[in-house]
Amino acid sequence: MGTTLLKKVWDLHTVRRLPTGQTQLFIGLHLVHEVTSPQACDMLRLRVQGIAFPDRTWATLDHIVPTDGQSRPFRDEMAEAMAASLEHNCREFGIPLFDLSSPDQGIVHVIGPELGLTQPGMTIACGDSHTSTHGAFGSIAFGIGTSQVRDVLASQCLAIEELKVRRVDVSGALARGVYAKDVALAVIRRLGVNGGAGFAYEYGGAVVDRMTMDERMTLCNMSIEGGARVGYVNPDTTTFEYLRGRRYVPAGSAFDRACGWWHSLASDADARYDDRVAFDGSAMAPMVTWGINPGQSLSVEERVPSPDDEAPGGRLALEEALSYMGLEARRPIAGTKIDVAFIGSCTNGRLSDLRAAASVVKGRHVAGHVRALVVPGSRRVSHAAEAEGLHEIFREAGFEWREAGCSMCLAMNPDRLIGRELCASSSNRNFKGRQGSPTGRTVLMSPAMVAAAAVAGEIVDVRTMLPEREGA
Amino acid sequence: MSAQRESRVERVTGRALPMVGNDIDTDRIMPARFLKAVSFDGLEAHVFADDRSAATERGITHPFDDERYKGAVVLVVGRNFGCGSSREHAPQGLARWGIAACVGVSYAEIFFSNATALGVACVSMAPADAAELAQIVERVPDTVVTVDLMVQRVRAGTRDWAVSMPASAREALLTGSWDATAMLTANFEEVRATAARLRYISGF
Repeated sequence: MGTTLLKKVWDLHTVRRLPTGQTQLFIGLHLVHEVTSPQACDMLRLRVQGIAFPDRTWATLDHIVPTDGQSRPFRDEMAEAMAASLEHNCREFGIPLFDLSSPDQGIVHVIGPELGLTQPGMTIACGDSHTSTHGAFGSIAFGIGTSQVRDVLASQCLAIEELKVRRVDVSGALARGVYAKDVALAVIRRLGVNGGAGFAYEYGGAVVDRMTMDERMTLCNMSIEGGARVGYVNPDTTTFEYLRGRRYVPAGSAFDRACGWWHSLASDADARYDDRVAFDGSAMAPMVTWGINPGQSLSVEERVPSPDDEAPGGRLALEEALSYMGLEARRPIAGTKIDVAFIGSCTNGRLSDLRAAASVVKGRHVAGHVRALVVPGSRRVSHAAEAEGLHEIFREAGFEWREAGCSMCLAMNPDRLIGRELCASSSNRNFKGRQGSPTGRTVLMSPAMVAAAAVAGEIVDVRTMLPEREGA
Repeated sequence: MSAQRESRVERVTGRALPMVGNDIDTDRIMPARFLKAVSFDGLEAHVFADDRSAATERGITHPFDDERYKGAVVLVVGRNFGCGSSREHAPQGLARWGIAACVGVSYAEIFFSNATALGVACVSMAPADAAELAQIVERVPDTVVTVDLMVQRVRAGTRDWAVSMPASAREALLTGSWDATAMLTANFEEVRATAARLRYISGF
């Protein structure tokens, strides 16, 4: 019986078995941002410890930055204090910081891969649940809380229990207009928002094999929305070609040797899995959420579910979700009016996401009642998109073209919903109040679907709006 | 607060507060605007802030505003409590409000780790048992609930249920080693040796 990538990477990084039965796991890359690190640094100071491995630690500023003007000091005094705190901590502890003076600044889960910090076979931790994104490279990446950020700063280790592995096979081929986001939402719809508890999801199959690294990142990013703290894809030539030439990736013959090592870590063909599930990618359609968690989704062709069709246990939750969303049971989800369109986030704020959205809006215009934003995931994404003229396409279509940051995904910066606005969003969470208004409503979908909704002013099947020769 | 106070957690006894419903996410427990801070101080005031305002607007008293549950130390929850964002601000807020243990069907993994790292015990029980416990404390808010990690049982009045929790978390709480930093910094040479064996650190 062969071994999974998770098991191989786990064993390589195991320092010892702790008295509690957990593994003391070495963390090869620690990524830090302004929201979950200040308290951890304060805890460290109280214990008069330095940082164990400053050379395995990098920081950026992403959650709180405004996207409509990034000059300092920020207008929001608390945001300014958080930025200053991060800068101070990075100086004191010797952590490299990609802040607003750096051309490499951006969302932590976008810049790690862009810079080549994220590599196959690493263990990665960050005080952010979407750290699962980095699993796209065949790394084992955990979202952690502030006390664990302290642990990693102090020791470069986590006390953690080994995960089981569920193989998620997606066979066939995605139809035009169906994207990685749709696969992620379809997986969570079937396996549930807590179906992944205790598991790492290993994604594979023909659909995943053909995905670009951007698409694999979208898929792994959403693992946590299915309750899986870790999601990963085995490294292959797509992975290696993405990494070649990036700043922190070895060059020349060292790169070839690295590829050999990375390749050896992929799950063996006869690896034993704790569970296996299979999906038919060919049958998938563009997905949208209708409720208040990412598992409450349907294809854009379907009708909103009815509490009458639910078992008594699920009825209340369904009624609560419909009432919060203001949606009528049994009505087609297509045609639901939107107020805001948001394209961005660590889930879907990469260059290929912006390209897909731009191909839909090109030559069209955002509906009169819709406020529409495009927020690149990083400054590098922003520059690359501008070099292709995507910003002009978006602006001509009536979108605001913003600067890099987490923006309207999570409402820790000035970008937020107002009142009961309904937002077609390429982000990852449709929780109550997630986008900054306690009554604001979020409908998750792919960036192309958001673009289509922005133009139509309502939820619409993007497949009716794709250009003739677009290759999906 | 508790993060600095190394101590054994064997049992938690006191009144309980019911938070019915499944999949309650950390955005609801602690809305993001309260994360704009450089310390955890004062978070107890903002627990479930938006749910509480929404309840007040509808003329309903949210459990966290209900005088009858003031001083509760046990939080009764449903399935997948604390899903979503990794923000430790959520369990920090609950702990600072006074919650020392959660009893419910299940927890999201990151929330569970964060709570355990603060010495807050999260135990799991069958859905029907959790529903019964919630009903008991709703009916009689003065009910004294005991979460006993030694025998892995929860008692409420005359009722008594088996509960479970991962062996490692239970061990960490019972031995007072739930704050992992000391344990993880005790063998730095071993950590260094592990790092040195990794190709991406030693060089390709």
